[in-house]
Amino acid sequence: MSTPEHTQTIQIKPFVRLTDSTLRDGSHAVRHQFTTSDVTRVAAALDAAGMPVIEVTHGDGLAGSSFNYGFGRHTDAELVAAAVRSVRQAKIAVLVLPGLGTVHDLKEVHSAGAQIARVATHCTEADVSVEHFTAARELGMETVGFLMLSHRIGPDELARQARIMADAGCQCVYVVDSAGALLPDMVRDRVQALVAELGTDAQVGFHGHQNLSLGVANSIVAYENGARQIDGTLCALGAGAGNTPTEILATVFDVMGIPTGVDAAKVLDVAEEVLKPMITRLPVADRASIVQGRYGVYNSFLLHAERAADRYGVSSHEILQKVGEAGYVGGQEDMIIDVAIGLAAQRTA
Amino acid sequence: MTSTIGTRAPQGAGGRATAAIVGPGNIGTDLLVKLLRSELIDVRYMIGVDPASDGLARARSLGVQASAGGVDWLLRQQVPDLVFEATSAKAHLANADRYAAAGITAIDLTPAAVGPFVCPAVNADVHADAPNVNMITCGGQATIPMVHAVSRVTPVPYAEIVASIASRSAGPGTRANIDEFTETTSHAIEAVGGAAKGKAIIILNPVTPPMIMRDTVFCAIGPDADKDAITESIHRMAQTVQRYVPGYALRSDPQFDDPNPLWHGNGRVGVFLEVRGNGDYLPEWAGNLDIMTAAAVRAGELIAQAKNAKAANK
Repeated sequence: MSTPEHTQTIQIKPFVRLTDSTLRDGSHAVRHQFTTSDVTRVAAALDAAGMPVIEVTHGDGLAGSSFNYGFGRHTDAELVAAAVRSVRQAKIAVLVLPGLGTVHDLKEVHSAGAQIARVATHCTEADVSVEHFTAARELGMETVGFLMLSHRIGPDELARQARIMADAGCQCVYVVDSAGALLPDMVRDRVQALVAELGTDAQVGFHGHQNLSLGVANSIVAYENGARQIDGTLCALGAGAGNTPTEILATVFDVMGIPTGVDAAKVLDVAEEVLKPMITRLPVADRASIVQGRYGVYNSFLLHAERAADRYGVSSHEILQKVGEAGYVGGQEDMIIDVAIGLAAQRTA
Repeated sequence: MTSTIGTRAPQGAGGRATAAIVGPGNIGTDLLVKLLRSELIDVRYMIGVDPASDGLARARSLGVQASAGGVDWLLRQQVPDLVFEATSAKAHLANADRYAAAGITAIDLTPAAVGPFVCPAVNADVHADAPNVNMITCGGQATIPMVHAVSRVTPVPYAEIVASIASRSAGPGTRANIDEFTETTSHAIEAVGGAAKGKAIIILNPVTPPMIMRDTVFCAIGPDADKDAITESIHRMAQTVQRYVPGYALRSDPQFDDPNPLWHGNGRVGVFLEVRGNGDYLPEWAGNLDIMTAAAVRAGELIAQAKNAKAANK
């Protein structure tokens, strides 16, 4: 059947919602020392640029402040409250990792004005999120699910885990490339599998990292295969080699004619004029973080590995490789010290 | 006194406390294997609710009377001195009053926490008279002895534990209520471990072959804390726990880190532990489950000893 010429119109590309995680994932790069004044300035500027969602918490999510992950300068509730006060249109999101943060912690930041709960589990452990999704929906929060280290399992298994989250009340499940280990075809297969599984029950999202320099490219692939929420951070600020840079994401989607509701030029200004002057050390894809991408090691481990390397006189990329071989997952930062002690003992043996 | 590994106590030996296990699942079955070795406890009954339960069949094959008649059935028998509850928090909340009314001391392996928290290496003697004691959590049993080992030597303003367990060892109950683990353990780090403030973290790791349970304990300590005394106390505590959990081991010497402004000027001691299960019924990597059943047996033995001592004094 031929299409009548008069119905041919300019194709409107579907909307993609950007989430800026500078004030959450970016927090790793500043060892969780963002002040409420930093939060105020970044959140206000992102809000003015039209960023629809801004994620704010300790880098490891609610209750992340600890010996194991680093103590934050402020409580999550203080950071969230500062962000909420600074924005007019943006929604404030929080991250929570079951096993670390609790429903009690979620209620506290909800009271402080957080509107979106993002619940993260290792990619095979989605069922530990059910309690938190249920609570978030009861609180009237919007929900997002994070399947971390998504490269560790295949598309079909990932889709089954996504289904568990969606059935628990999750409204968008992310393929999270926590180690920056996914190549474009792997992103395509995973996003397609989730879209096929979830249909209209939940959206699909993508969270990328720069270890193999693929954050933006992978985000485009994710979008083209149906992902409708994408994460970034200003100046790639984040764990390991850093995240997909928000300012490049906004620019590229603008060039492609994909609607985001974000003013790309203004986001460039925020990155350059607001965020960059705050940061003493921006993440780079160096030997240690490329090793992370190659061996699929959780990105937050980088600075912990560097500290352990200093403390025990061993090299950080060696630690990271061992940690990758052992199959440690997000949250097992304590094992970095254990591995470093082991390497140091071998050296003196 | 401790249970000896590998020898089965003679049945009907005099003076032993009698016991029932309620909940014939994996935990209940592992508990049964351990109790059958105890010189202080005579396990009489295994109780479930499903006549088709494998656990009940296994108990029968081990010579223990088993019934799917639930607690109703148990209370119609000659009631035991002790009951080990290996069901769920909900079930224990329903059963606790009935045990108490029948004069049965309950050793609760669920998160119900009706009675006081007990960690045998730390405070079992304190609660030997309680009608109901709670075994905290697996991570609590593994780490609270070490928090106590530090706090008995020097003040601990803050203690944090990280428990890593194999995914396959986390059952649906744990998964559906993971906050129960973090909240209960945090509370017990304070109440039993002796830290002013406690924090607990649990990680499920799906790696194959399954990882053996690992636990890390971080305690904040003052800048002038006596490191030698802390180290000695930690090694001594490891030996105490090893008496009832043979696979409990320090991975390295305690690690001391200098005071740090990010730690409110405190120093830190880190203790790295491995808990290998005894492989009684559960696999060796499930050290998290083994330490719960081993600690429950030990608590039961200490309670039985206290009851005997009391009877002898009458």
